[in-house]
Amino acid sequence: MTERNAAPSSPSAPAGARAPAIELIRVNRRFVTPDGKSMTALRDFTMTVDDGEFVAVVGPTGCGKSTTLNLITGLDRPSGGEVRLYGNPVDGIDPRIGFVFQTDALFPWRNVIDNVVAGPLFREKDRSEAYALARRWLARVKLSGHETKYPHQLSGGMRKRVALAQTFINEPRILLMDEPFSALDVQTRVLMHEALLALWSESGASVVFVTHDLEEAITLADKVYVLTAGPATVKSVYRIELPRPRVAAEIRYQQDFIDISHTIWNDLRDEVMKGAARSEAAA
Amino acid sequence: MSGQQTSDMLAPPVPEFRPGTSDAEIEAAAARAERKRRLTVRFWQVLLLVVLLGGWEVLARAKIIDVFFFSSPSAIAERLVQWITQGADGTPLWFHVWVTIEEALLGFFSGFILGILAGVALGRNRMASDVLTIYIKVFNSVPRVVLAPIFILLFGLGLTSKVALSFVMVFFIVFSNAFQGVREADRALIANARILGASKWQLTRSVIVPSAMSWIFASLHVSFGFAIVGAIVGEFVGARHGIGVLIQIAGGAFDTAGMYAAIVIIMVVALVAEYAVTILENRLAKWRPVPLPDTQ
Repeated sequence: MTERNAAPSSPSAPAGARAPAIELIRVNRRFVTPDGKSMTALRDFTMTVDDGEFVAVVGPTGCGKSTTLNLITGLDRPSGGEVRLYGNPVDGIDPRIGFVFQTDALFPWRNVIDNVVAGPLFREKDRSEAYALARRWLARVKLSGHETKYPHQLSGGMRKRVALAQTFINEPRILLMDEPFSALDVQTRVLMHEALLALWSESGASVVFVTHDLEEAITLADKVYVLTAGPATVKSVYRIELPRPRVAAEIRYQQDFIDISHTIWNDLRDEVMKGAARSEAAA
Repeated sequence: MSGQQTSDMLAPPVPEFRPGTSDAEIEAAAARAERKRRLTVRFWQVLLLVVLLGGWEVLARAKIIDVFFFSSPSAIAERLVQWITQGADGTPLWFHVWVTIEEALLGFFSGFILGILAGVALGRNRMASDVLTIYIKVFNSVPRVVLAPIFILLFGLGLTSKVALSFVMVFFIVFSNAFQGVREADRALIANARILGASKWQLTRSVIVPSAMSWIFASLHVSFGFAIVGAIVGEFVGARHGIGVLIQIAGGAFDTAGMYAAIVIIMVVALVAEYAVTILENRLAKWRPVPLPDTQ
């Protein structure tokens, strides 16, 4: 294993010789619930994300999808197994990671540009340089002219674009997204898919995109992981061979898209039923 | 007025343009209505004041209420004018007022700053807060005014004892709000800042404290009131100058007009302070959504 530990900063190395961007190797994660009981969220979970690959993770609600992301960030530690980034075990929060949250994680007391500039300033970049960079990123997400507005003055889609700029400005090699667009309406969500695909294809980052929306997963990803109802483990993996660049607004009406989505749904459906039955029993 | 001749067989008849329904006219009407509503509110406010004060004065003059206990607006006004022009208790009035304000301000700022520091520090340190919570509860259960005699003994009749009393009044309010605010800070915001690269100190400064700020500000209005209470109670127990001393002297002389006059002065001071706090709050919290005008 050790000889595969390619240095993380060697983009010219051939893909086969490098360690994958993210590896989860037989990971277990147990929690202690507030009433003192141990609960397994992830069991024997194995996943590989190659450098520059876009991976989507779908599974029934509450199956432990978000837990996988927290393990990759280092905010949370596995109870068993190992999580590796570019061949090295995760130890604390890796600066190469960017994270887009499900809820609004913009700082409400900062205006748009101060939100975007947060990352570079936390990382002690020069102030004027950081602001110039933030302005460029705001232009790329088409928010020029809104620099001094506060998050509550923006629409949901605009807030998400600020969040994308806030994340991408750090130039993450690894991008983790936890149902980032689930709160948006369907039309805005399609626009966000377009924006995300454009940003991602230029950045070349490796992405793990957690969602419960199968069509969203197929639209965006190279590889879709289907998880079982909790405790989550990988049920199956599908490679999505749809050509890129993809047009998010149109792709869902293509026949091959429909076929793929039908195949995966047949697989996912059982788990969704199981998960729903369980959460209704617990209610 | 329609101009669409082609579909007049099928389309329902276009209603005639009615005067008074253009955008400009509707806006002007709305602005007029709003102005009128505001004037009406102001009118009733002034009328209520006139009725209350006038009623008080009339009842006092008609001897229906006892002026010995309730005084009268004219007597209070007279006493205020006398204090302003000739001073009270051998000292200019403004000096008494200034002494009380100084005590309250010093107590307020020291209590406010230390309250925030202690609240944030303890809110960030789970172990320390679990250990200390019980002691804080015990101290907090002491009614602050009973400390007044002790502080007078400890710090003397001067400024320090009143500042100390104001301080303990303010400190616990701000402390518990800051502590709560830190505890309630949004987990997603904290995670976001940490992943964006914030160090522990940056996290405290740029996420924890700002998100606790709305809690702290909620305590600000109350705590300045308490700062004044602390100063005045301290003056009751023992002091040479201050509004509390004026009330004490007036009470000793059965001078109800003087007592009410002192209360009027305190009201003015408290209202000015309240106004200043509101301005400060609006400046610091300009990121917050403006409440809809209809929800007042």
